[in-house]
Amino acid sequence: MSTLVEPFDYAFFRHGLVVATLAGALCGLVGVYVVLRGMSYIGHGLSHAIFGGAVASFVTGINFYLGAGVWGLVSALLIDKVARRRTVGADAAIGVVTTASFALGLALISRFGGFTRNFEAALFGNVLGVTFADVWVVAGVAAFAAGVVFFRYRQLLFATFDPEVAEASGVRTAHADLLLALTLAATVTATMNVLGVTLIAAVLVIPAVIARLLTDSFARMLAISVVVGTLCGFFGVYLSYYLNISSGASVVLLSAAVFVVAYAVSGVRRRLASAAVPFHLS
Amino acid sequence: MSAPTIVRLEGVTCRYGREVVLEDVDLDVREGEFVGVVGPSGSGKTTLLRAIAGAVRPASGRVVRDPRATVGYVPQVETVNWYFPVTVREAVLMARIGWRVVPWPSREDVAEAEAVLARLGLEGLGGRHIRELSGGQQQRVFIARALLRRPRLLLLDEPTSGVDVRTRHEIMHLLHELHHEGLAIVVTTHDLNGIAAHLPRLVCLNRRVIATGSPWEVITPEVLERTYGAPLEVLSHGGMPVVVERFEELVEAGADVVALGEGHHEHAR
Repeated sequence: MSTLVEPFDYAFFRHGLVVATLAGALCGLVGVYVVLRGMSYIGHGLSHAIFGGAVASFVTGINFYLGAGVWGLVSALLIDKVARRRTVGADAAIGVVTTASFALGLALISRFGGFTRNFEAALFGNVLGVTFADVWVVAGVAAFAAGVVFFRYRQLLFATFDPEVAEASGVRTAHADLLLALTLAATVTATMNVLGVTLIAAVLVIPAVIARLLTDSFARMLAISVVVGTLCGFFGVYLSYYLNISSGASVVLLSAAVFVVAYAVSGVRRRLASAAVPFHLS
Repeated sequence: MSAPTIVRLEGVTCRYGREVVLEDVDLDVREGEFVGVVGPSGSGKTTLLRAIAGAVRPASGRVVRDPRATVGYVPQVETVNWYFPVTVREAVLMARIGWRVVPWPSREDVAEAEAVLARLGLEGLGGRHIRELSGGQQQRVFIARALLRRPRLLLLDEPTSGVDVRTRHEIMHLLHELHHEGLAIVVTTHDLNGIAAHLPRLVCLNRRVIATGSPWEVITPEVLERTYGAPLEVLSHGGMPVVVERFEELVEAGADVVALGEGHHEHAR
């Protein structure tokens, strides 16, 4: 028993566990909108774009969260603006804006240097190196995202499912898009130091995809995705202690394992449902 | 005295980028009217509905709506993402947008949604995913969502496209019922014979309004040629105009038709 609670003796582990659990819940919540809007690539690209902002913040001495957050929001808006040109398209717009921003970060590193450790944390995450301030930032962004989803639930659902009719029904879809872009940028910025640029997209997308496999209801998908994200964040970090592997990688690998199980379960369920249909009706 | 106007379009021009989709459109829709909008693909029918609904802002001209008139909009089912995780009840309750701050619907909203679903023959299906319904039921889900807004004007974008004849009859029967209850309806359609010819008022559209009036006034070879850019024949059958694409072929194959329905067919214009 003492072996099971041993990691909790360390303050750094407790911080890491809390922040990974919160980050899992946050990404699970925001990830539902990312997946349903077909923005999975945006999550991936935005984390790379914000990396440029993170490096620029270090170079100019601006607060990391402020600099990277504003940079992320501007990148998200730029992507939206470029993607509206039909001749470019969303995927190409994401490719242009985010890789340019990432390249700017790399250029700043090679020009100014001197922050290798932070650079590695931003790229690969460092769950166990988080500070108390990081915990508060992730908690604050999680509370903001929960507030956005709670108070704008209907508008966001309508604008995500059927933007044309939502607009005709009085929903300001441009506002809804902006609110989601802001929430996504804040999510990626807050979790970057914890999960790393390279792993954020997985934590955003996998819980939502698992939830989609398990339900056909939007409300239940939101709930399942948050629960899966929370549990994967908690147990991912917890297992990493015993497996002696990177915490971010552990969270993503656990999420991927749950995905495999959910995929198999939903496949069996679909086959059983088809088998239940009488032959003459199938 | 004619019924009051619910929505008026005055010289409305709409563009997507540089492409002009609607040009200088004038149109009135009055209380309790049932209007069909016909025209070829890309003629601006959907944009016209979106302009009426306020979902698209005209590049020039103006759309004047009675501020008390709520509009219900039913999109083309082809545009619906059928893999989106949404149950019938969730889809219908989207209509209650902005009426409540908390995410969950009120008991009254749920009761009203269930009543609308029951009226449209969808009782007991609230918990089903929208993909699990038949084509006609799917269309009625979106009509239910529009009706839950308690509209005075209902806009439907090709409500019968891709459905079988029986479902088409069911949908049109429902729309006629709603019309008789006083709801103003504007419906776009490609189906000149099955739907347009049976509506009280038609608008022929090809970027501009080519003609407007009763089916007998606008379903003419001249108007149809200006609308569709191709010669079309119009026959009369049972007092209704019937459009045929290739009259010679119809005559060739139509000996039986003439024999069965002699006296009811004539060359219309």
